[in-house]
Amino acid sequence: MALFKKNPNKIIEPVSDRVLQGFCTVIILLLLVVVGYPVVYVISSSFSSAAAIQSGRVVFLPIDPTLAGYKFVFQYDTVWLGYRNSLFYTVFGTIINMFLSILFAYPLSKSDLPLRGFYNKLIVVTMLFGAGMIPTFILKSKLGLVDTIWAILLSGAVSIHNTMIIRTSFKSSIPKELYEAAKIDGANDFKCLTSIAIPLSKATLSVITLYYAVGHWNQYFTAMIYLRNKNLFPLQIFLRTILTAGQSIDASSVSETMLQQVQDGTQQIKYALIVVSTVPVILLYFIVQKYFKKGVMVGSIKG
Amino acid sequence: MVSKRLKSKDPDLVYNQKGYAWNKFKSSWQLQLMLVLPLLYIIIFHYGPMYGIQIAWRNYRARDGIWGSAWVGWKNFQEFFAYYKWKTLVKNTLAISFYQLLAGFPIPIILALFLHVSNHKILVKITQNVSYIPHFISTVIMVGILNQVFNPITGFYGHIMKVLRQHKIISSNNYYDILSSEGAFRHLYVWSGIWQAMGWGTILYIAALAAVSPELHEAATIDGASRWKRVLHVDIPTILPTISIMFILRSGHIMSVGYEKVYLMQNKLNINKSEVISTYVYKYGLAKNKLSYGSAIGLMNSAINSVMIILVNFIANKLSDGEAGLF
Repeated sequence: MALFKKNPNKIIEPVSDRVLQGFCTVIILLLLVVVGYPVVYVISSSFSSAAAIQSGRVVFLPIDPTLAGYKFVFQYDTVWLGYRNSLFYTVFGTIINMFLSILFAYPLSKSDLPLRGFYNKLIVVTMLFGAGMIPTFILKSKLGLVDTIWAILLSGAVSIHNTMIIRTSFKSSIPKELYEAAKIDGANDFKCLTSIAIPLSKATLSVITLYYAVGHWNQYFTAMIYLRNKNLFPLQIFLRTILTAGQSIDASSVSETMLQQVQDGTQQIKYALIVVSTVPVILLYFIVQKYFKKGVMVGSIKG
Repeated sequence: MVSKRLKSKDPDLVYNQKGYAWNKFKSSWQLQLMLVLPLLYIIIFHYGPMYGIQIAWRNYRARDGIWGSAWVGWKNFQEFFAYYKWKTLVKNTLAISFYQLLAGFPIPIILALFLHVSNHKILVKITQNVSYIPHFISTVIMVGILNQVFNPITGFYGHIMKVLRQHKIISSNNYYDILSSEGAFRHLYVWSGIWQAMGWGTILYIAALAAVSPELHEAATIDGASRWKRVLHVDIPTILPTISIMFILRSGHIMSVGYEKVYLMQNKLNINKSEVISTYVYKYGLAKNKLSYGSAIGLMNSAINSVMIILVNFIANKLSDGEAGLF
């Protein structure tokens, strides 16, 4: 090993290997273009003038750079309202998610937990079979959740899949002896959870937080089914009306003047909206990114 | 067994099996207490709706409640099979689903291998990070982007068409509109989905590839294996269990096409190819308030999904002696 490290240039790889590696690099470059170009195009368009987009002059960088699109987007109350609501659902929804999932995962990570087999069966059944959209709707309307914030906050509050990942992380990354030592020092299970399990599983927990938060920020179907009150609508509902305007959908969720202005050919507004509403999740991703490799890896272990 | 062992060591414990189990349960009361809220949630929101499944055999009316509504036997199921388009619905669902599985499943695996083999570390790093971005784009925005980019007049696609028309490469009256074309729907749906998911999908495989011990590669190199041979005999066998688990998870959704995106991409012109079972359940069951009818269709759908996931898991277990299965 030491020999390899000292003289990295000493070993010349066979031609066939270098050809293969070169080929892979070319494919990766292609991938970068395929994925990256549409992203760049959307961002550039959002900073370009409406006329430049209309005439197709935007190819890579913004043409006639302007912030007009963004100014337009931020002058609408509906966008602010949606932004605020989505932020609320994301923050509080994710707190509920994490609270329940951790409480669920920790006891299940103990292999000597009484009734563990029963709990596991309870979970497997829900993974195999779901009752479906309509029985769930009937139940939630019976519980009086329809048209309240709770319909959004409580839908999918415990993701079985994410809980399993947290459980695996608690189980595999923390040695049993640590708990035993803490127990001898007089710590109870709650103390063990808050002082040992959670701090030591920070990587996995932050990745799961990201999963939940992105899910909340991006979801619109639950809101479409359960919400009627415009003041409760998340951003995605407004976005849908604006972005797919022109297609035959109910446009009642945004004001007509706004829709009119958007339809008046100001394409840049749509692009600006796309950017504005996607930036928060991508920012969140970059914050959590450093935990990524470690956190995601746990999900691939069968546990 | 356990109690016997304990009996010899600790004479103060209750000796019979039942008492022992109860004691053990009592001593774990804190853990059991933690489980109360999550279990309550699971029972109410996952098992609760199962009680409502019976409305598939009833004529559900909200004011009569679930119990009060009249039994109608298999009428709701028969009504679906009497619907003249039911075959189209099933066909569309399966076609999109299999297309998605066949095209979308191998791509992240292949890309992960490319990323793993390439020796241009900086480029690999950049590509990885950029390729994750589309994953965070919401369905609404994704469809919005498709509408923008593929707009036949103002979109990127429209501009290309214009150039092609000017240079007489395509005929001057060719204004082919992808967005409202029946034939293009599936391709647009599946490939935009792949665009969003392929980068993200590589994460698991790359993590698995990185976990293989370097000694294995070194040994193979010393034995004269080329990089290509090592891909075949070291890298691919390493990620095989991950592939199998991912495949089982995916196959459980074979009958459930992501209705959110389909619903958003639907328009009057492509409806013949774009109506799938789940969007139909939403439109006729929920939006038009035919709840019993909708839940009958939904029930058949989830039943098929359950059978699929159990079947694939069974096969995976058989082929790998219990190693590759999910449960």
